[in-house]
Amino acid sequence: MDTFVQQLINGLTIGSIYALIALGYTMVYGILRLINFAHGDIYMVGAYAGYLLAIYLGFDANPSIFGFIVVLLGAMLVAALIGMAIERFAYRPVRKFSRMTTLITAIGMSLFIEYLFVFIFSGTPRSFPQLLQNDNYTIFGNATISTSQILIFAVSILLMVALQYIIFRTKIGKAMRAVSFNLNSAKLMGVNTDFVIAFTFALGSALAAAGGVLTAQYNPKIEPLMGIITGLKAFVAAVLGGIGNIPGAVLGGLLIGAAETLVVGYGSYIGIPSTYRDAVAFAILILVLLIRPAGLLGTNVQEKV
Amino acid sequence: MKNFFLAFSLIFSILLSSACVDKSANSTTNSGSGDGDIKVGVYGDTSGATSSFGQSTKNGIQLAFDEINAAGGVNGRKLIMLFEDDQGRPEQAKTVVSKLINQDRVQALLGEVASTNSLAAAPVAQDAKIPMITPSSTNPKVTEVGDYISRVCFIDPFQGLVMAKFAGNTLKAKTAAIIGDVNSDYSKGLTAVFEQEFTKLGGRVVAKEAYTQTDPDFKGQLTKIRNLNPEVIYIPGYYGQVGIIAKQARELGMNMPLLGGDGWDSPDLWKLGGESLKNAYISNHYSADNPAPEIQNFVKAYRAKFNTAPDSLAALAYDAAKVLADAIKRAGGTDGAKLKDAINATKEFKGVTGSITLDANRNAVKPAVVLELNPTDSKFTFKETINPEGMSAPTAANTNTMSNGNMMMNANAMSNGNMMMNSNTTNSNSNMNSTMNANR
Repeated sequence: MDTFVQQLINGLTIGSIYALIALGYTMVYGILRLINFAHGDIYMVGAYAGYLLAIYLGFDANPSIFGFIVVLLGAMLVAALIGMAIERFAYRPVRKFSRMTTLITAIGMSLFIEYLFVFIFSGTPRSFPQLLQNDNYTIFGNATISTSQILIFAVSILLMVALQYIIFRTKIGKAMRAVSFNLNSAKLMGVNTDFVIAFTFALGSALAAAGGVLTAQYNPKIEPLMGIITGLKAFVAAVLGGIGNIPGAVLGGLLIGAAETLVVGYGSYIGIPSTYRDAVAFAILILVLLIRPAGLLGTNVQEKV
Repeated sequence: MKNFFLAFSLIFSILLSSACVDKSANSTTNSGSGDGDIKVGVYGDTSGATSSFGQSTKNGIQLAFDEINAAGGVNGRKLIMLFEDDQGRPEQAKTVVSKLINQDRVQALLGEVASTNSLAAAPVAQDAKIPMITPSSTNPKVTEVGDYISRVCFIDPFQGLVMAKFAGNTLKAKTAAIIGDVNSDYSKGLTAVFEQEFTKLGGRVVAKEAYTQTDPDFKGQLTKIRNLNPEVIYIPGYYGQVGIIAKQARELGMNMPLLGGDGWDSPDLWKLGGESLKNAYISNHYSADNPAPEIQNFVKAYRAKFNTAPDSLAALAYDAAKVLADAIKRAGGTDGAKLKDAINATKEFKGVTGSITLDANRNAVKPAVVLELNPTDSKFTFKETINPEGMSAPTAANTNTMSNGNMMMNANAMSNGNMMMNSNTTNSNSNMNSTMNANR
């Protein structure tokens, strides 16, 4: 039983990271109907921003909660600015063209960021400094949880609550919801849609960057291509939960994280080798799309042709 | 939209061309010193996930070539290194080796570290009849590609045997778990041999887990292993994953000894794993602690040139370069067939990693060392030397200076291991394949 609890903790840890990234996918899709493939790379950019901040501000030498908060917020800010820049210079100019154009632009952007980082930092993995003293706590029989895992849970929940607040309790949140219902009508009502879209990118990117820094605390190896697989799985999580639906993204992320860890832990009893963990995420996606094309919490909108 | 793509392709081409300019500038300065020079192609990973391997290899070869050239070269001809980065990817290794052979017209090849990459490139060298010496690929299949491929290191059956013996005899472990990289030939080879030898010693492998290099964490596999409570965990992987696996194992309260191979040997290991690497041991090719003068001279020269201590991959690369130079001297030139025969006839060559003699399968027969990890000082401490029985007289370096704390394996057990090394390589190989299939 405690093994199961342990595996669940492990799974929900990475699931929370997927959820944070999935939120960015889902918000951008909700507003622009654009799958922002560069989003997984923003997660990587966030980890690198945190890494550079930690090194240059000297927080790597003496771990403190203050240092961690500064690095986390700094990385989120940097990623938000980069996210806005990508929207402004890559997506906005092609927004009026067909959806395929923006989709291909997004794929190009993703490759551009990845190899730009390989070019600047080389592909050599770097080790992210420990910003907080890492301790282990036994919580249930033999099951342990480390400080970095607690941090992932706590910060993710905090950010998700904050996001919920922004979307449902603030003016800009109302504008975001309006734009996601109908961009053109919102524009006619006097909503500054360009600003709302930029803000959405900033918000999503900041969440992904937080995911990057949190992951780097848990698994301190960062490299320019770390966002590919993680980003893809977060995308799967967003689709699984119902793309465009915010609670769905969180649910999807947690489900994917738990599912792949349970495959590693128990898959061999039913004939699935542990290295199929990545395949499982995609198998789940296919199944869900077959049974509920709109995703678990998504609403099925009939598109008029 | 046109403008946009134009801008994009412009940026890409600028990035690409600047990268190319960099490389061509390098190679022109390299090859621009006369016609009689001997061009040696070197390929390795200096920008990917195992980049410290490629960097050490490049440094070791550079040091050897500089020393040889300073002493007048080989038969009066200078050795020139043409280096290509393969990013640690097998397909890229194949491409750059083709380039080195067809475009740069190298006369010999040195490389790779990772067996998977050497295996990808070796057929190209074999087909072009260009001798290739791999300094540090330990999977037996590498030299089975053909008679132009040889190595100056021991092979996995010996390395796996060394660790199985260490676990069974020195640590007195009865149960072990293995967690390996499912995509690496090196890891698969060591997993199979360790399991076979450890079982032979009366031990039991209670769990065999696999990971891929892109796994976001390893706690799933580790939790499963923790449940079975093995006395030791064997992790035949590369440092990038090993550091994290060690860290997460300790986080889960698993404090048993961790065992590994030469794939752990990297300065980056300490940064990733830190204090969690306490109570861990690896098999390796040499120890920089060895006070033998030839080893200390090498360590000093390497330190002076690159400002860091040489790991075993640098030492092996240095030896590979020296073996190549020696063979060119004996062959009286760089004719492919003659050079290959000279390399394959290498006998009792005194290298920093021990005496190198190539056997009939072009594998070096030489001793291995077991090192203990000491994360506080970020270094490997010498633990014991394990000799293959029946090898040519060990060098002074290996008998005299290592005898303090030297634990020779008994002759009986070792002749067993040696037999397997020399005659049964194909056998153990097919064995390995079948185990892996069963695993899948």
